[in-house]
Amino acid sequence: MSLHLLLDYLGSAEFARGAAVTLVLTLLSLFFGMVIGLALALFQAIPSRVARTFSFAYLWLFRGTPVLFQIIFIYNVLPSFGIRFSAFVCAVLALSLNEGAFMCEIFRSGLHSVKRGQRTAGLALGMTGTKVLLHIVLPQALRVVLPPIGNQMIGMLKLSALVSVIAVQELLLIANQTASANFRYLEALTAAGIYYLALTTLFMLFQGWLERSLDPKRKTRMRRISLTERLLGVGQPVVR
Amino acid sequence: MSIESLQPLQPLLRVSRIDKSYGSTQILKACSLEIVPKETIVVIGPSGSGKSTLLRCLNLLETVDAGKIFFEGRELTRERNRQHLVRQEIGMVFQNFELFSHLSAAENIMLAPMKVLGMSRHDAHDLALSLLDKVRLRDRADAFADELSGGQQQRVAIARALAMKPKLMLYDEPTSALDPEMIREVLDVMAELSAEGMTSIVVTHEMGFARRAADKIVFMDAGEVVETASRDQFFSGVVHERARRFLDQILH
Repeated sequence: MSLHLLLDYLGSAEFARGAAVTLVLTLLSLFFGMVIGLALALFQAIPSRVARTFSFAYLWLFRGTPVLFQIIFIYNVLPSFGIRFSAFVCAVLALSLNEGAFMCEIFRSGLHSVKRGQRTAGLALGMTGTKVLLHIVLPQALRVVLPPIGNQMIGMLKLSALVSVIAVQELLLIANQTASANFRYLEALTAAGIYYLALTTLFMLFQGWLERSLDPKRKTRMRRISLTERLLGVGQPVVR
Repeated sequence: MSIESLQPLQPLLRVSRIDKSYGSTQILKACSLEIVPKETIVVIGPSGSGKSTLLRCLNLLETVDAGKIFFEGRELTRERNRQHLVRQEIGMVFQNFELFSHLSAAENIMLAPMKVLGMSRHDAHDLALSLLDKVRLRDRADAFADELSGGQQQRVAIARALAMKPKLMLYDEPTSALDPEMIREVLDVMAELSAEGMTSIVVTHEMGFARRAADKIVFMDAGEVVETASRDQFFSGVVHERARRFLDQILH
């Protein structure tokens, strides 16, 4: 293996662009996936048969077929109905629609984890259903869904490699194309692998940070014992 | 307090023959109730007699099938689409406290004044501290529910309800989930509020509290209001046969 060539690839504009495409693709799909998932989860929670049936049908369809199938289907079938999108848009669309089905289940479990009594308490204070959802249910559900969403984030990053089949210039396709020019697969794929690991590491760090910042108790703990107090060992621990 | 209740005051809340069923089970049968400002009513009765359901009907957490509820002369049963406005004026305390687990004690109290009344964070915080003072928990303002004892949680829950400056407080078995040694601290706060003139309806099994703070006692059995009596009348034993049987059971 040529270390020189590997470093060349790592520093090359093509690989950097490929990694950027992978990252943007992942973030967009995650974002839309979460929006779709949250909407579907709320559909299941409201007393409307139409909404619940729609949500169920959606899950059935998008969890029941391979993502690769969905990507190829959207890219190749939509144009025959006169709907033309770029490969990148098709990729985001397919990944988001698929992700929405899985996010729905995650959000649903999160919403379920908030006890009914918490909502009742909010309603009894004179809050509307929307305010209860916004200020009581979602903040509590968010803490429950964060670990599985972290999983989905990393899963999506790797899933995004699938869209190479519709010629989106993402990381894996770039690596593959580069290697097929000179058959230096080891260097090209190692470079791609390093990029993937770097991105997943970033995601993991972000998840950890998010979990810590969403822990409601952190804020007050920090206030209770200041840094100097901690260093000097003065100040009363935990309870003032 | 009890002198005032003898005067012909306009009732704050009047419940007129309400019915409530879940499926084929009838929970409330033609229940009627009246409370005037500053009065405290204690509702007692065997479990399953419909006490909690009656209470939940009063702030429209449950819909009634028939009958009418008037609050300050307004017919609540007609205000289904403005129920959140009604609930802003009626505080409620639950058996399981239901403090919001993602918020500290102070934030629990601040939430509704800020999000419903539009109070500034600063004012809401001042209000929270003064209410925590009132329930003797000022030093626990930053604590979360899981760091508080049951009795402390319930006192925060009372403070949270008071933050909306309700005209009526509803207590749904507020001490039933508490260890015996914590019941007192909660009942003390409630009795104090009643003495200060907070209009209250309390569903409880604590006869000591009824003796101490109630103006009137309502006895329910099998979904019916069997007896409504003044405290003295009730404890002097001039009660319905069913009420006496219940009293004998819980006092021995």
